[in-house]
Amino acid sequence: MAASGMIMYEEEFHQISAILEKLTKDANGKVVFLVDKNGQLIAASGEYENLDTTSLASLTAGNIAATGGLAKLLGEKEFSILFHEGERDNLHISIVGMRVILVVIFDARSSLGLVRLRVKKASEELAVIFDRLMKKAEAEAAGAGASPFAEITDDDIDNLFSE
Amino acid sequence: MSFINYSSREINCKIVYYGPGLCGKTTNLQYIYDKTNPQAKGKMISLATETERTLFFDFLPLSLGEIRGFKTRFHLYTVPGQVFYDASRKLILKGVDGVVFTADSQVERMEANIESLENLRTNLQEHGYDLDKIPYVVQYNKRDLPNSAPLDELKNLLNPTNVPEFEACAVTGQGVFDTLKAVAKLVLQELRKGR
Repeated sequence: MAASGMIMYEEEFHQISAILEKLTKDANGKVVFLVDKNGQLIAASGEYENLDTTSLASLTAGNIAATGGLAKLLGEKEFSILFHEGERDNLHISIVGMRVILVVIFDARSSLGLVRLRVKKASEELAVIFDRLMKKAEAEAAGAGASPFAEITDDDIDNLFSE
Repeated sequence: MSFINYSSREINCKIVYYGPGLCGKTTNLQYIYDKTNPQAKGKMISLATETERTLFFDFLPLSLGEIRGFKTRFHLYTVPGQVFYDASRKLILKGVDGVVFTADSQVERMEANIESLENLRTNLQEHGYDLDKIPYVVQYNKRDLPNSAPLDELKNLLNPTNVPEFEACAVTGQGVFDTLKAVAKLVLQELRKGR
C-alpha cells in the first residue's frame, strides 16, 4: 500500500483525550474533537453525546480538504485555521502538525481570542504525541509485522457478511 | 488508509464509489442506507446541488460487526461524477482503502465510462496509489435498461485486469450488496497482509 494507515494505541489515546479535556475546560468550549485528514474521528471531549460526531468528522475533513484545495490554487501551502461563526455556536478548526484536525465548538461563554490562544498550546502538545505515534507505528511495522489482523481467516471475513 | 484504534478496538476503512455522472453512485449508497438496519448505520450525508447532483460527496458510515474483537466500520463515499468537479473528486480519494468503479451500462455512456476510469487512475496516482494494487471492484450498473451494452464489451473496455465485477441495477438493489461485500472483503484481506 502506498501509505500506511493510522494506528492509535491505548497510551497515546489517553494522553490525547486528556489534552482535549483540558482544552475544553481552558477554552470554555462546548465540544472539542480531533479528526484525521481522511475524516475519521480520533477522540472527542465535552458535551458531544447528542452530536453526530461521525458526520461532523467526515464533513470537517471535507471542509479542510476543500480549503486545502483553495490554498493550493492560490499558491499557499495550507490555510491552517478556519473559523465559522453562527448565531449561537461557533466552530474553530485548525490543522495540527499537518496531520490531524482539531475542532472546537464554542458559544458566547467563550471568545475567539481565548479559543485561539488555548488551541495553540494544545496543538503543540498534540503534535508531539502524533510524532511519537507515527514513529511507534513505523517501528512496529518494521518489526515482526505484528498486525492484529495477520491471523484473520476467510471465515472471519465471511462471518461479517452472514446475515 | 485504515485507522486502527486499539483503545476503542475499532477498525475504520474508507471506500469510494467512483464513476461518470449519473451512473448511480449515490443510488448505490441510498439503497444500502435504506436496507441496513438502524443500529448498523449512521446518518447519510449528501452534499448535492438543488437538482440533486452530487456537488462534493455523499457519506454513509456502516458498522459490519466484529472481527477478532475489533469493531469494523466502513465509511462509504461517492464522488461527484460530472467532469468539471475534478478538483473535488481528487480530494475524496485521499486515504482511500478500496474503490468501486460504477459504470453506466448504456451504450451512449461508454465514452464517459472510459474517461472516468482514466480519471480515477490519474487521480489515484496523485495520491500515490496504483489502481492495480489497491482493493478494487467494478460494477456494471443499469443492466435493466434496453440500451445497455453487451457485458463482454463492457468487460473488455472497463475491466482489462479482471478484478471482481458485478452486474447491477442500483434502483432495485440488484448487485448492490454483492458489490459492497466484495470490496469490503478485499479491504479486509489487504489489512491481513499487514502494511
